[in-house]
Amino acid sequence: MEFFSPTDLLGSSPILALGLFSLIALLVNAFLKNSAGMVFYVSAVGIFVAIGCSIYTFPMNATAFSDMLLVGGYASFFSVLFLVIALFSMFIAKPYLEREQYHYGEYYVLILLATIGMVMLASSADLITAFLGIEMMSVSFYVLAGYFRGKLSSNESALKYFLLGAFATGFLLYGIALIYGTTGTTNLLRIVTMYPQPFNDPLHIIGWGLILIGFGFKVAAVPFHMWVPDVYEGAPTPVTAFMSTGGKAAAFSVFLMTFSVPMSMRDERLMTVLAVLAAASMLLGNWFGLSQTNLKRMLAYSSIAHAGYMIIGIASATPMGQQGIAFYLVSYALTNLGAFGIIAMMEKENGGNLNYEDYAGLGKRKPALAALLAMFMFSLTGIPPFAGFIGKYYLFASAVQSHMTWLAIFGVITSLFSTYYYLRIIVYMYFKEATNHEEIKLPGLTFATVILCGAGIVLFGIVPSLIFDLMKSIF
Amino acid sequence: MYSFAPLIVLFPLLGFLINGFFGRKIKNETLVGSIGTLAVASSFVVALLIFVEMVGSPVEERKHIVTLFQWIAAGSFSVNVAFQVDQLSILMTLIVTGVGSLIHLYSIGYMHGDAGFWRFFTYLNLFIFAMLNLVLADNYLLMFLGWEGVGLCSYLLIGFWYDRNFEKGTTGDAAKKAFIVNRIGDFGFLLAMFLIFNTFGSLTYESVFAQAAGFSPGVSVMFWITLLMFVGATGKSAQIPLYVWLPDAMAGPTPVSALIHAATMVTAGIYMAARSSILFSLAPATMEIVAVVGLLTAFFAGTIGLVQNDIKKVLAYSTVSQLGYMFLAVGVGAFTAGLFHVMTHAFFKALLFLGSGAVIHAMHDEQDIQKMGGLQKYMPWTFRTFVIGSFAISGFPLLSGFFSKDEILWKSFADGAPWMWVIAALAAGVTAFYMFRLVSLTFLGKERFDHHHVHPHEAPKTMLIPLLILALFSIIGGYVGIPHVLGGHNYFEEFLEPVFAGANAKMMLPMHDSAALELGLMAVSVAVGLLGMFAGWKIFTEKPEIAENTAKKFSGLHKLLWNKYFVDEAYDAVIVNPIKQTSDKFLWKIFDVKIIDNTLNFSAKFVEATSNILRRIQTGVVQSYAVIFVAGILFILGYLIVW
Repeated sequence: MEFFSPTDLLGSSPILALGLFSLIALLVNAFLKNSAGMVFYVSAVGIFVAIGCSIYTFPMNATAFSDMLLVGGYASFFSVLFLVIALFSMFIAKPYLEREQYHYGEYYVLILLATIGMVMLASSADLITAFLGIEMMSVSFYVLAGYFRGKLSSNESALKYFLLGAFATGFLLYGIALIYGTTGTTNLLRIVTMYPQPFNDPLHIIGWGLILIGFGFKVAAVPFHMWVPDVYEGAPTPVTAFMSTGGKAAAFSVFLMTFSVPMSMRDERLMTVLAVLAAASMLLGNWFGLSQTNLKRMLAYSSIAHAGYMIIGIASATPMGQQGIAFYLVSYALTNLGAFGIIAMMEKENGGNLNYEDYAGLGKRKPALAALLAMFMFSLTGIPPFAGFIGKYYLFASAVQSHMTWLAIFGVITSLFSTYYYLRIIVYMYFKEATNHEEIKLPGLTFATVILCGAGIVLFGIVPSLIFDLMKSIF
Repeated sequence: MYSFAPLIVLFPLLGFLINGFFGRKIKNETLVGSIGTLAVASSFVVALLIFVEMVGSPVEERKHIVTLFQWIAAGSFSVNVAFQVDQLSILMTLIVTGVGSLIHLYSIGYMHGDAGFWRFFTYLNLFIFAMLNLVLADNYLLMFLGWEGVGLCSYLLIGFWYDRNFEKGTTGDAAKKAFIVNRIGDFGFLLAMFLIFNTFGSLTYESVFAQAAGFSPGVSVMFWITLLMFVGATGKSAQIPLYVWLPDAMAGPTPVSALIHAATMVTAGIYMAARSSILFSLAPATMEIVAVVGLLTAFFAGTIGLVQNDIKKVLAYSTVSQLGYMFLAVGVGAFTAGLFHVMTHAFFKALLFLGSGAVIHAMHDEQDIQKMGGLQKYMPWTFRTFVIGSFAISGFPLLSGFFSKDEILWKSFADGAPWMWVIAALAAGVTAFYMFRLVSLTFLGKERFDHHHVHPHEAPKTMLIPLLILALFSIIGGYVGIPHVLGGHNYFEEFLEPVFAGANAKMMLPMHDSAALELGLMAVSVAVGLLGMFAGWKIFTEKPEIAENTAKKFSGLHKLLWNKYFVDEAYDAVIVNPIKQTSDKFLWKIFDVKIIDNTLNFSAKFVEATSNILRRIQTGVVQSYAVIFVAGILFILGYLIVW
């Protein structure tokens, strides 16, 4: 009996490529002195190779390793997204770490390892691979959050994340066990065929509930969100950028895929629970966002709120909702990477220059930077012609389609709250006099990345069909 | 060639982006100006090539839809960014880009030395981009995008010299007035769009018009759709009651007045009505309203123009009046006649505005024609072209304006009513009179300016070339549509007619073949025009005392006209001030301060208080986070099990 076929190899090629290059990077880091720059390039090449593999497998739409992994389509779409996020976050990280004098090769190795986990998540056709992916990603994140060894806040952030993360993982695993116990399989494609008998089994639905808790933690949904502000604030800014975009996108990719199984039955109970989670996340995320003074913390609460918007797409259980989530993730990733890139450039040693007041008068001091940040804030608010608008539109429309109009209205009202704290930064930048006249250095690599993000949200905001056309072959 | 249509829209966008991002750094005026001008000229070339191919192809193959990408798709609602290239849209594109590139060229000379030179060209390109979207769109939503875009550009350009004074306020006030009045109209358009979507389930022309063909005239929903559209059109095309912004729009630089407030943007309403001709044909009541409003506008705006002394104001009221003619044509179902006048008017009104710009330029920003006179000597070429423009607009036989205006007059008689013709012909006489009053006071007669301060000079070449080209077209532009009764062939009508086939079938206009009547009416209207021209010239060059005496004798009437029928004052008294008063006394001091602020303060305190309580939950202690977590678990599992 063969252990694997050529399709298996080809299908897992993005994961294999990332694994190979992370090993090379690790070796380079171990045997060459002052090799951080070199590791950076090796990792970047690895990511490009993986992007190539993902794009090559895109048309395949198959499974590999006895239905353990999805190949092409859905998996490729999200893999490319994660890989681009990883690359951009590296571009933001390099100048930042050099400035903070924490530039070591292991940073990039950890990014690659986390990305392997993410790609596995998007490719998982089985709860076991999903679990592996989640752990692979999370463990790398725990380490990355505490990357600033010498800083107390960074250590605290890592520890909190780890403790609560381990707690959540337990529920996820327990849920998987219950699903296996009631259906005899962990394979997402086969659970479907076991319907509908197990659904009447309370243990089965509790299994889904527990999995929901695990995922809810990873996507930062209320009430499993408590870690988010502390971790986002304490972790190094490029790590926060990576976690809040890549981590969230990966968690949603597996959340969406996994829950397409129970949601295809349009089970009222699960729909209600998801809708309540979405509403609570939108409400509390935006509410707490109002009173923040620190930008990283504000974006943390914003991230909770955006998780709420996206859960609408899962709760509505329509193709429009699924496409909406995929689009939203692209736009949210670009927007947040851009915003965190700007924060990383503005930041001073020891977490200085992170408050609203520090951005006063930026419109005059650095017009291009201020304009870009304003664009990102508009996109987060959901104002056309930026991508954030289209994403929100689809998600709210999907709620209406699923007869959950109240949820759409709730989303619109809470979005209204959010305009206050998003536009507040614009008020500071353009309508307040600068108090701080220290020179702001704009490292070329980070700035170019931020410009790319800005161009992306404009492009996808005006021509959303670039992404929706791709999705026609996925969903 | 049709597939290149998106390029037409793309070039001005590129020009806008280049000048917008780098214009400030380029510093070289010639380069900035050339980028802006070339962007529009390239679009013109592409449009011209498409036009040539269109003319060479059979009639039924002249309409093409070029889809760029899907824009929004949600449920049953789907809109593309797609361009409909057909006879109507290519005509409008040619006018916009053709006249547009001449005005861009002219602006290089006119705006020379202005601190905002690059900004000016950036806005102009953005305007052309928006206008082309408006005319080329294949659906109402994209048209609306262009519609709003031209409104925005108009606002930006009227207030271009935001630090200058204008009449009782600043140019900013004029810009705001234009924007707000336009917004009122836009709201009508928006409502019309909602109604269209509600009725037809689509916003795409093809699908809407195909379904509309199944309706019979007189359905009430059609009345509301077209009436709301017409409200939009009165805003953008400056018709009663929303025309008041256009004369104030003269606060902008003169090329802007020529391009936006005379030749292109203000014709958007006509274009919209023509594009939706089949909808209008289903609503005879709206058509009647359109015709009457157009006619009244043509007449009243013309009479205001009789007594104004600001060279641009006269032209502005003249524009309002000419737009009235176009709506008259649309209202009586003569869509091609209306568009014919759109085209010829674009030539001669752009010419007149650019000529007035040259005069203002030469007179160091003096606009009062009472302080001019005798400029013929100093600016011979400007004078010649200006006179050609004046002849054309006055409907002097065999110039462009004659053909288009006469067609409208005839149609208003034949398809409208004799009384319409009478007023329209009178308005034509009024037009001829104020135009030649303008020519006489500006270029002829005694020099009334202060020679110590003002040294008039001929305009530079970049300004003269566009004048000459426009003058040429003001002469020959009408020969594409010679009426049959004069033994010619109306190529223009033949070219456009297929677009209106659906509408014509619904209206079933009677056939007229009374050549004698048509010729007779033509003779009368020409005579009225000539009389007006002669009187305007004679009185204001030789016997200005006649005008003064008449003004004294009918001082009440003169005062009425001089103050533009007190419409601005009436609007101030009836609409603006009540709104201001309510805003100030009630909305601000009571509603805002007492109710809103208190509610806000209360909710702010509430949020503050609650976040202070809630903040205690966010203690930073992991154990307490886990407690919340467990509470969440209990809720979810509890709900799933108990339900």
